[in-house]
Amino acid sequence: MEVRVQEADFDFGAEIAAFRAGKPKIGAVASFLGLVRDVNDEAAVREMTLEHYPGMTEKALEEIVAEAKGRWDIFDALVIHRVGPLRPCDQIVLVAVSSAHRGEAFAACEFIMDYLKTRAPFWKKEETPAGGRWVDARETDDKAALRWREK
Amino acid sequence: MITVLYFARLRESLGTDREQLAPPPGVATVGQLADWLRDRGGNWTTELAADKPVRVAVNQEMASPDTLLPDGAEVAFFPPVTGG
Repeated sequence: MEVRVQEADFDFGAEIAAFRAGKPKIGAVASFLGLVRDVNDEAAVREMTLEHYPGMTEKALEEIVAEAKGRWDIFDALVIHRVGPLRPCDQIVLVAVSSAHRGEAFAACEFIMDYLKTRAPFWKKEETPAGGRWVDARETDDKAALRWREK
Repeated sequence: MITVLYFARLRESLGTDREQLAPPPGVATVGQLADWLRDRGGNWTTELAADKPVRVAVNQEMASPDTLLPDGAEVAFFPPVTGG
């Protein structure tokens, strides 16, 4: 399991290649790449800043990955989340999960993202034409995380 | 002594990101600490109001109002998270 919180950008292809290199038991890698959009809640976004809680962030992400490993038959997971100033089209987050077959990898990858959205201490502040604004948590993210409880 | 941290919108509106506090007797839980801080008035009263969606972590684990504050604890107040 690898969890990284960093300001620097990452190379999606190189990360996936390294993640699965020399592991012939892996039959599937599911991944999610989150990006900065240029619009949110009907306002243009020209820049955003991601703040986090150093220490707790890494711990929370490691707990989420450990929970995914307990629930699905997966080999490994990688989470990279950027912090600091970001602009539209920038990469924000990468989650990758490896397993023998696709079903477990897809499910675990979606679970990790849903829990990351509601449990990992990151906060977005957007710069819009009307000034800076902190992004409000979405009810749809809470619902997305809650549905895993029933399974 | 405890260390109290504030993040994101709370850090900005309270004008501080960290402080060392010696809570008085009777301030033993997260809820009691929030009550005590609210008594400072101004933004402390409005930002930490009971109807505001403020989250609290104690020693980097999510906490609830009745979570106890161990001596030397690191307590963090922050809004609901918005990463990803």
